[in-house]
Amino acid sequence: MSDVTRKKLAVWKFASCDGCQLQILDAEDELLVLADVLEIAYFPEATRNEVAGPYDLSLVEGSITTQHDVDRIHAVRAQSDVLVTIGACATAGGIQALKNFDDVEAYKRIVYARPDYISSLATSTPIAAHVAVDFELPGCPVDKRMLLRFISAILNGRAPDIPRHSVCVTCKARGISCVMVRGIPCMGPVTNAGCGALCPRYERGCYGCFGPQENANTDALAAEWRAHGVREADIRRAFHAFNAWAPPFREAGEKIDD
Amino acid sequence: MTDGIKKTKVIKVDYLARVEGEGAMYVRLHGDEVEEVRLEIFEPPRFFEALLRGRAFTDAPDITARICGICPVAYQMSAVHAMERICGVEVGGSLRDLRRLLYCGEWISSHTLHVYMLHAPDFLGYAGAVEMAKDHPDVVKRGLELKKVGNAIMALLGGREVHPINVKVGGFYSTPSRTELAELREKIAHGLDLARETVRWAATLDFPELVLDYEFVALRHPDEYPFCEGNIVSSLGLDIDIAEWDDHFAEVHVPHSTALHATHKGHGNYFVGPMARYALNRDLLDDATLELADEIGLEPVVRNPFRSIVVRALEVFWACSEALRIIDRYRPPPAPAVDVTPTAGVGWGASEAPRGILVHRYETDGRGDILDARIIPPTSQNQPTIESDLRAFVESHTHLDDEKLRWHAEQTIRNYDPCISCSTHFLDLVVDRG
Repeated sequence: MSDVTRKKLAVWKFASCDGCQLQILDAEDELLVLADVLEIAYFPEATRNEVAGPYDLSLVEGSITTQHDVDRIHAVRAQSDVLVTIGACATAGGIQALKNFDDVEAYKRIVYARPDYISSLATSTPIAAHVAVDFELPGCPVDKRMLLRFISAILNGRAPDIPRHSVCVTCKARGISCVMVRGIPCMGPVTNAGCGALCPRYERGCYGCFGPQENANTDALAAEWRAHGVREADIRRAFHAFNAWAPPFREAGEKIDD
Repeated sequence: MTDGIKKTKVIKVDYLARVEGEGAMYVRLHGDEVEEVRLEIFEPPRFFEALLRGRAFTDAPDITARICGICPVAYQMSAVHAMERICGVEVGGSLRDLRRLLYCGEWISSHTLHVYMLHAPDFLGYAGAVEMAKDHPDVVKRGLELKKVGNAIMALLGGREVHPINVKVGGFYSTPSRTELAELREKIAHGLDLARETVRWAATLDFPELVLDYEFVALRHPDEYPFCEGNIVSSLGLDIDIAEWDDHFAEVHVPHSTALHATHKGHGNYFVGPMARYALNRDLLDDATLELADEIGLEPVVRNPFRSIVVRALEVFWACSEALRIIDRYRPPPAPAVDVTPTAGVGWGASEAPRGILVHRYETDGRGDILDARIIPPTSQNQPTIESDLRAFVESHTHLDDEKLRWHAEQTIRNYDPCISCSTHFLDLVVDRG
């Protein structure tokens, strides 16, 4: 039975690893509270129960890679008041968008003995390439705290605060000494914040899993990496990874001739 | 139709709930006879083996982690071990211990998710853990608290729980201080108590009758319950190095699945996962875990797949206990990683993912670029066994009404904690019996 006082939440999966929706089940301290203030109406990873739409809030994980999923995302949009993409697959096409730079028929032959059994589109594309999206949360995976803050904002009718600055700003704010000046190539200057500058905190250069920040200067970053002695193929591969199909990273990688 | 009395009946679920990924179940009966059983996997393929070609060998742990958000550490561990074999590097001492500690975190977290949130609702008759929490708040809260312990280990050692960022070929980017581990130790000690209660509670659940004869396959290391090292052994006497995999195992591509089915050549279906590890490595558990197993009367070899929940709970207890031992002997390593030089070659890596052995094979060139990749995840190995369990269960329970039969049939699949996203990419193999 549906409940008129609580907003209805639906969680949808497309081509993905399940890691972003797992962030909801990983919110051990908040999960039961969340289930009190929201009605979990559709979330097959968590429950057999299904409450019919429409839904107030749809969280969408995964990218579109089959015709069946093209049709399905339109059906999801039609039943959703607010539709939000969670994570790099839904927001930018994910790691599986590397096939967009290649020939999908060749990919099928590499992986499957009987490629004729497999139906797959030539591309992996973000949700926004198919339907209108109200908000996009980046990250591979999406950050649990960012997701919870977002849901709380929606429930309380506040405008959600999704950071659009670079990882560098987080490092400065947290007093993390710059790894790039210590010789470690870092994607932080062109990457959207939201992870808490995780990699630099672990003595690792950022690898861009939150995708491009607004107005990313990818040329300057590539030049800086060259100055660090990084070979061209590695610069290209750094752009063409978990957010390869996000336009700034796609174009930055395509410029490199290795 | 000549036999008007016998009716054909189909029991199906179009979208399986409380499993990781997109799958469906189809069972067709004619009278009491099961005519067809399928675990259908329709998760769209993501072509990992293909997109790994042309990537750097150092990319493999981060890219393959994205196959599965629930067991990313398993992918990272199989990948780094395969690459280290190619490069002739061995990671020992404290770094090896830290890898085991990280893996303990994943087992605790992934197993607890399954025990409490995905599997227990079947036994207690709820649609999910949130619904179950209304009547059993203490059970669900204990599960969430225990899961948090596993996540705390992964957050400290890996940087985050899903797709840890701190693992690399050769070791880690940075290693924890003894102070950080001391704080973690307190949480794990509490986790050990919660895990003990979990084992005792799981043993009291009602288990449907079903005892089957499996060939169990797992890693076996001479001195320790297995994570990343050891030979592949089976209950029929197989004992091989991972690199001999192709001599003994084959995969079959069937039309109803985007996952390949695995078979042990000359033997057929086999079983990987907690029940297999326990059957083949029980003597390597520590005394406290064995005492707990004896206390609840757990037999040395469990053959009822519904009781996998008890074995999974026991492995959580063992993982907490192992994590404490590792922390107690920890000395910070001289460097967070050993140097690795890219090398041309072929290397295999296998590790015990929460759901069973996960095998990787890579071929690299002299610059360390990947020429070929193969990934053999546990669920695609278990898939034929899941189907034969379904058949056996339905055949022996046709007296149940349709709704109950459907629910228990789903539970039969969930016994395996199937990871469908994982299984949807496999080998470039190659026997087709279709």
